[in-house]
Amino acid sequence: MTDEVDLIIVGAGPAGMAAARTMAKNGARVLLLDEQQRPGGQIYRGLDASPAGYLGRDYAAGAGLIASMEAPEITYEGNARVWRIEDGPRVLWSRDGETHVSAGRALLLAGGAQERPVPFPGWTLPGVMSAGAAQILMKSAGMLPRGAILAGSGPLLYLVALQLIHAGAPPVALVETQTKAMMARAAWHLPGALRCSPVLVKGLGLLRRIRAAGVTRFTGARDFCAEEGEGGDVTFRFTAKGRAQEITAPLLLTHHGVVPSTHMSRAAGVSHRWNETQQAYQPEVDALGRTNVAGVHIAGDAAGIAGAEAAAFAGELAALDILRLAGKLSDKVFEARAEPVRVVLKRARAVRPFLDAAYAPPAEVLAPVGETIVCRCEEVTAEEIRRSVAEGAQGPRQVKTATRAGMGPCQGRMCELAVRGIIAECGGTPDLPRTRSPIKPVSLGEMAALAQGQPPSD
Amino acid sequence: MSIASRFLPPPKADGTVCFTLDGEPVMARDGDTLAVAILAHTGAATRTTASGSPRAPYCMMGVCFECLVEVDGRPNVQACLIPVREGMAVRRQDGLRGLRHDG
Ligand code: FES
Repeated sequence: MTDEVDLIIVGAGPAGMAAARTMAKNGARVLLLDEQQRPGGQIYRGLDASPAGYLGRDYAAGAGLIASMEAPEITYEGNARVWRIEDGPRVLWSRDGETHVSAGRALLLAGGAQERPVPFPGWTLPGVMSAGAAQILMKSAGMLPRGAILAGSGPLLYLVALQLIHAGAPPVALVETQTKAMMARAAWHLPGALRCSPVLVKGLGLLRRIRAAGVTRFTGARDFCAEEGEGGDVTFRFTAKGRAQEITAPLLLTHHGVVPSTHMSRAAGVSHRWNETQQAYQPEVDALGRTNVAGVHIAGDAAGIAGAEAAAFAGELAALDILRLAGKLSDKVFEARAEPVRVVLKRARAVRPFLDAAYAPPAEVLAPVGETIVCRCEEVTAEEIRRSVAEGAQGPRQVKTATRAGMGPCQGRMCELAVRGIIAECGGTPDLPRTRSPIKPVSLGEMAALAQGQPPSD
Repeated sequence: MSIASRFLPPPKADGTVCFTLDGEPVMARDGDTLAVAILAHTGAATRTTASGSPRAPYCMMGVCFECLVEVDGRPNVQACLIPVREGMAVRRQDGLRGLRHDG
């Protein structure tokens, strides 16, 4: 076992890095764990390697934060898959088939978000990926699609479109689900959103530049469906303005916003609630990121979607609170440092209600129907889940037992929101699905080695 | 079936490594993840499900588990979370893995 650090942080995105930096500045020792090789999270992924200019200025802004991870107080462990969290707190994480046990005085979960899965007939085809995946390929490897259709809604979709345009690999089409009516409803939130007008102005600028590039654009699109075309291409069908459309391309990239990654916090015993506006589960945290589990804080998108800028402020705020709880900051110093962070955090969050309303996912994504595969791992269709509820399965546990939805290797990460949507629509009881460790699969051999007390080779 | 990569040839890198995919030698850029290396090489499926339906990496961030491959005899490795290394023997996974291979 490594010796106890002041804070273990899981997740090296903006929240985790900002927290680590704040701890280090105050002389506290931090262990920073992340599944990726290098710190940065998905948002600043690949930034410290060789960032391509087409990714834009917001992306480059993460460089300072990443550089600050070099502080001697911070130990970074990459390619670390956390699979268990115990009281203490103790964190069990695996790398290259070997489990390491780390102990800290406190724990900060900063696992960020995942994209909301976008189920429709054909979304399991090899030529269909999430738009975020394509962005990761751009950031981490400079890989650009040979021609991609972008479909769905949300700010990331525009950002990816623009990055592809700047990179010289423009999308063949931009297919958006949002309607004029949604935009009109969202406008109600504009006064609040204008408090952080730079974000909004930037967003409008994105759209203008996409239009200027001449990318074919559809709005109000629905009834997504993909089939395998010639040479492995994807034939994408949908309706827009009452007309059936069909586009074929090597790659179809879909996106419908992001949702908090909650498997870790759920397995750690933190209580969660359903966020009706964002249509996602999120942990119950207070303004400083404290949870109902002693010693466990959560910050950033893992605590509720608010974006990268807000995540960094929330991480800093949580770290200040953790320093205070450890007796390293007096209440007075804490207040003096926390106040300005609270102000900027509030401003960074002000655009959310507008974005949530403007780019809300459509019903066919929230509660799919028919032969659409909902659970990719176990290949369970929407119809099978609906039937199980009709036959008396009440909540997610009974649906899982009846259909196997959520029993595969991803442990529900790809299906549980759609399963919930279907249960709710069909009059069942959409409880929070249970999550247990191992949060990430580990082999029995690896667990056995741990039980026999084989020292981890560090 | 051989399906061309869905991506443009990636930019040149300083170093290259060679691994095998189902016995076929593949050149990759040092520092890329295994999933990146495979996607740069082919647009074909990287695994099939129990019912035989083709799948390939979907999320690139460790969430979907569609990128599971066998690496040097170890099954169910998430290709998007490990760096590609010289001499890696990678196999596509067809259907489900048995527990027997575990460890
Ligand atoms: S591509 Fe989704 S887990 Fe690897």
